[in-house]
Amino acid sequence: MGTASYQDRIVTAFTACAMFWAVLGMLAGVYVAAELVWPTINFGQPALSFGRVRTLHTTLVLFGFGVSALIGTAFYSVQRTSHVRLFAPGLAWFVFYAWQLAIVLGGCSILAGWNSGKEYAELEWPFDLAIAVAWVAFAIVFFGTIARRRMESIYISNWFYGALIIVVAMLHIVNSLAMPATLGKSYSLFAGAQDAVVQWWYGHNAVGFLLTGGFLGMLYYFLPKHAEQPIWSYRLSIVSFWAFVYTYIWAGPHHLHYHAIPEWVQSLGMVMSLILLAPSWATMVNGIMTVSAASQKLRTDPALKFIVLSLAFYGLATFEGPMLAIKSVNVFSHFTEWTIGHVHSGALGWNALITFGTFYFLVPRLAGVPLYSARLANVHFWLALAGVMLYVLAMWGAGVSQGVLWLSLDELGEVRFSFNDVMAAMKPYYLLRFVAGLVFLVGAMLMAVNLARTFAGRRTIEVAPPGSRVGAGGRT
Amino acid sequence: MKLVSLHRKIERNSGLLIFGILVVSSIGGLVQVLPIVLGDAHGAPAAGLAVYSPLELEGRDLYIRESCSTCHTQQVRPLLAEVKRYGPYSRAGEFAYDRPFLWGSKRTGPDLARIGGKYNDDWQRMHLLDPRSVVPASIMPAYPWLASRDADQGRTIQARMRALQQLGHPYSDQDIAAAPAALEGRTELEALVAYLQSLGRSMAGEPQP
Repeated sequence: MGTASYQDRIVTAFTACAMFWAVLGMLAGVYVAAELVWPTINFGQPALSFGRVRTLHTTLVLFGFGVSALIGTAFYSVQRTSHVRLFAPGLAWFVFYAWQLAIVLGGCSILAGWNSGKEYAELEWPFDLAIAVAWVAFAIVFFGTIARRRMESIYISNWFYGALIIVVAMLHIVNSLAMPATLGKSYSLFAGAQDAVVQWWYGHNAVGFLLTGGFLGMLYYFLPKHAEQPIWSYRLSIVSFWAFVYTYIWAGPHHLHYHAIPEWVQSLGMVMSLILLAPSWATMVNGIMTVSAASQKLRTDPALKFIVLSLAFYGLATFEGPMLAIKSVNVFSHFTEWTIGHVHSGALGWNALITFGTFYFLVPRLAGVPLYSARLANVHFWLALAGVMLYVLAMWGAGVSQGVLWLSLDELGEVRFSFNDVMAAMKPYYLLRFVAGLVFLVGAMLMAVNLARTFAGRRTIEVAPPGSRVGAGGRT
Repeated sequence: MKLVSLHRKIERNSGLLIFGILVVSSIGGLVQVLPIVLGDAHGAPAAGLAVYSPLELEGRDLYIRESCSTCHTQQVRPLLAEVKRYGPYSRAGEFAYDRPFLWGSKRTGPDLARIGGKYNDDWQRMHLLDPRSVVPASIMPAYPWLASRDADQGRTIQARMRALQQLGHPYSDQDIAAAPAALEGRTELEALVAYLQSLGRSMAGEPQP
């Protein structure tokens, strides 16, 4: 291998792991969805009971699938937008092994009952420390590469990946502050209402800077690259980036409407959530306008179809979010399946689909051969679309029913429906959601096979930074 | 073009970009989160709020181990229907000894903030071991292993209470010394039921709004 070629083996490694965690994490999701329909299928096994497997599901899809995809694509794009190889490649491999090991052991610890009790941050303190160390190493590799760049400007995708790295580090460190009691048990440094405010500052901005910001980094590199068009508006990118970084961080308290936290915090959280619609949609418009110049490619290219569909779901979810943050809407939606539907229209419709589109584009380039089967990718596209649509519809039906029925009062001012009656009415929705999840999972499995077959037929390929003397392997 | 020329400086200097992101993303947290965390108004215990007994604390940690808060909230909102259904709405002072808070975000099952005393211990035990024996339509998993396991199998109750003591919970050294004896011979099931029966206790005397 020529010493000057881009380091792409680590990108391949992250991509393979991301696909593995996607399938396993979604399988865990489908399993817990089935447990809500058939509650005895944990067979009395603690490790298979709903609470633990659901925690495993969110951990694997967020930190296994999502973060592996983000680090892998960040390492791929930062080299190409900086025209240099990765800074400290040994450290980059440390990030890979440390992160994957943390997910494997952390996943096992959750099934064994280790749990910090904080949603989307359930891993206990030894894992929190390991994650923090790996994340700092990621930051050093990423910003080190940028510092050595041979381009004058830092490209837009790197602003978003950079915001992901910086803000998630801040959120993770503060929210994980805890007093260890034993190796597998710690107590949060914050208590009660204060803990709640910190947790949702973390929780909402994990959505903001990981699931939104990080994946926008992916979008800003792979969409123009794939559409072979420059980003439509550079100025819109600047405005929407800084508005996004400033505004998102305020929106967390909309998770705590009508809770025992100060009124002003709730109202401020609601107003900032509404304002957030502007930068979110500005980015969507920028993406759609970029791809519209290459719309003829949409007919033939499954990878681009995934990316464009993901933009549509991005627009939907970032509209629905601010609406749910309005207190008078939230009063109905809060605590219901509607929230679950909203999360999945973002997580499946936006995060998973853009990652799928990116991988369908990326893996043939890493392997140096065309995709094994474009037809299979097209089948996957329709399975993914059907799965996410069914999922969201089921959860809308369930959530709106719960919201209205729970708050319904009779003419004497007493509650009209018992909790059990409303719960029993959820059964058809839960069954539909299980089917929807299964359809989406089958699509992801087809993709895993398709990418594995593509990679099995790989040719040695080295791509070098422009202008380097050794190993000019062809395209950039 | 002023904006663009200003931004040219930022996007050509990685140190400036990192600094900018750090500053701009911190403002919200500093204004909105920090005052709540540093202020006493939302951290002080309500009058009459007792710290969890060793058995209740063990039960609470089991509630966390099994991720009960995935499906059960502990937060009654100040809405007529919720107060009618569950009891007095939740106040910040009730949660001063809750590390972490367990308000939850989803009600697949009912809210538990006022569950203490609503059913007797026998009902709670039967419900945990076989939910459908007492609530036929229930979709809650059964937790048979709680009955066959001793409470505090790892013998860590003192270490846990000491950690909480360091965080300011009013456990005395005698409390901690006596804790293992209080758990002796009890099962995980008994601990979890003790915790459930403690929920909402501090609000027992509160009038309905």
